[in-house]
Amino acid sequence: MPKIPDSIVPAPLRKPAKPGANGGAKGQAPADLKSSPPERETHVDRLTGQAKEAPVDVLAWVDQRTGASGFLTGMLYRKVPKGTNWFYTLGSATLFAFIVQAVTGVFLAMFYTPSATQAYSSIAHINNDVPLGQFVHGMHKWGASVMVILVFVHMGRTFFFGAYKYPRELNWVIGVVLLILTMTMAFTGYLLPFDQRSYWASIVGININGTGPIVGPYLSDFLRAGPELGATTLARFYSIHMLLVPGALIALIGAHMYLVVKLGTTAPPWVRGDKPKVATPVAQLDAGVESNGSGNGASPS
Amino acid sequence: MNGADEAPRQQREKPDPPGYFEGESMTRRRAFTIAAQGLGGIAGAAIVLPAIGFAVAPIFHRGKERWEAVGPVSDFVEDTYRQVVFTETEGIGDAGKTTAYVRKSSKQLEEEPGKYVAVSNRCAHLGCPVRFVEAAGNFICPCHGGVYDFQGKRIGGPPVRPLDQFQTRVRNGQVEVGPRYSVTSQLEPVRARDPGEFTGGIWEYLYPPRPSTFPAP
Repeated sequence: MPKIPDSIVPAPLRKPAKPGANGGAKGQAPADLKSSPPERETHVDRLTGQAKEAPVDVLAWVDQRTGASGFLTGMLYRKVPKGTNWFYTLGSATLFAFIVQAVTGVFLAMFYTPSATQAYSSIAHINNDVPLGQFVHGMHKWGASVMVILVFVHMGRTFFFGAYKYPRELNWVIGVVLLILTMTMAFTGYLLPFDQRSYWASIVGININGTGPIVGPYLSDFLRAGPELGATTLARFYSIHMLLVPGALIALIGAHMYLVVKLGTTAPPWVRGDKPKVATPVAQLDAGVESNGSGNGASPS
Repeated sequence: MNGADEAPRQQREKPDPPGYFEGESMTRRRAFTIAAQGLGGIAGAAIVLPAIGFAVAPIFHRGKERWEAVGPVSDFVEDTYRQVVFTETEGIGDAGKTTAYVRKSSKQLEEEPGKYVAVSNRCAHLGCPVRFVEAAGNFICPCHGGVYDFQGKRIGGPPVRPLDQFQTRVRNGQVEVGPRYSVTSQLEPVRARDPGEFTGGIWEYLYPPRPSTFPAP
């Protein structure tokens, strides 16, 4: 990745100097947010200078009132383990897929009518009449499949890299809930076009729900809002699809990412830990002296 | 000498909290905390419980019984079915319609005479629409290959029970179809179950009847 020149990065967001590097290095953030002005300046110089400083001023104003820069630098410049590779981008890819779904979904909702008699024609209107409507609808439709696939690939990566182990178990649990919510989104979204395919697929899906013993039949009734798929079923699915589950998804994605930043990521399983270079604890030194003293010479030190 | 000084200090109890009165069972701070949390809980419940009840209410609601005439009695014979379409759910146009296959009860099959049999086309596997194939005398489901005999009993494929039926009656020379009911493998009527749910025996308890359905005839 090309390095961003320091001159365009506002001081509060500049990468902090590496520990041990000389304090006076070029990349060091100045103590004051505005660097000292040149000694002789014309009127134009001063104006350009002010214009250049304007974004920094605005950010500094916000930063002074929120203290966000400490959090942001901590998050954006956090250390990642050796061996971090492209597999580690699957979570971000899933997040991106979710954002695409959220944005396209908001715009689809501007044209969609969640009524059993008008849903189908409103989708036809989106596809046939609205400029770029078919494109946005297509992004939402195919993006849904992409998101489900990415969630599973991300889950597989976490599993096979052992990234669910202590202390990240809670993040795995949150991830499983996110998976369930994603599937709920996929299920409830499928009915909304209200064509033959979505109608029958939803009937089959609801009936699969109903095969759960004891609670199943009631769960089916809850989903359909009655004994048969009816007028309120579509409104119910629409409400679950665009109000209930997205809220829960956003909240849990926040918790998921908080824990990722808080706990850091894991190294891939094939990366060995570094041997200590700088200081060896006294206990190990003692042990080493003892094993050398035994004199069998078998241990390569 | 120091140790002797500290020993009684450790035994001494914690200082009384501010605002403490002799003989109080709890401090005012604690009483207010409990009261505020309790009131908050009541306020939260007052909002959340009705909302949940609102969402769950349809489970306990049974709609009006609906009968629809599907044709004069002369239309229906004993040895084959006639397909009829009628409204099962009102207010959603064509999506609320359903299909039934209707015939007269058969002497050959030792059914109660003078009745009309209305077999639902909803597959007992997962609810796809089955079709009556005249040449074979069977109902066949296109989705997963369920096959039912002339009476609607399962003879092949994944369905878990016979096809559902509708109550029938004759009014003014017209055959009318009414509420749906399910049947056991011996064609005994039970309350309507969703597709995929077994009927009869222990299954009546594992898949309990829903309050939103009508009692079996």
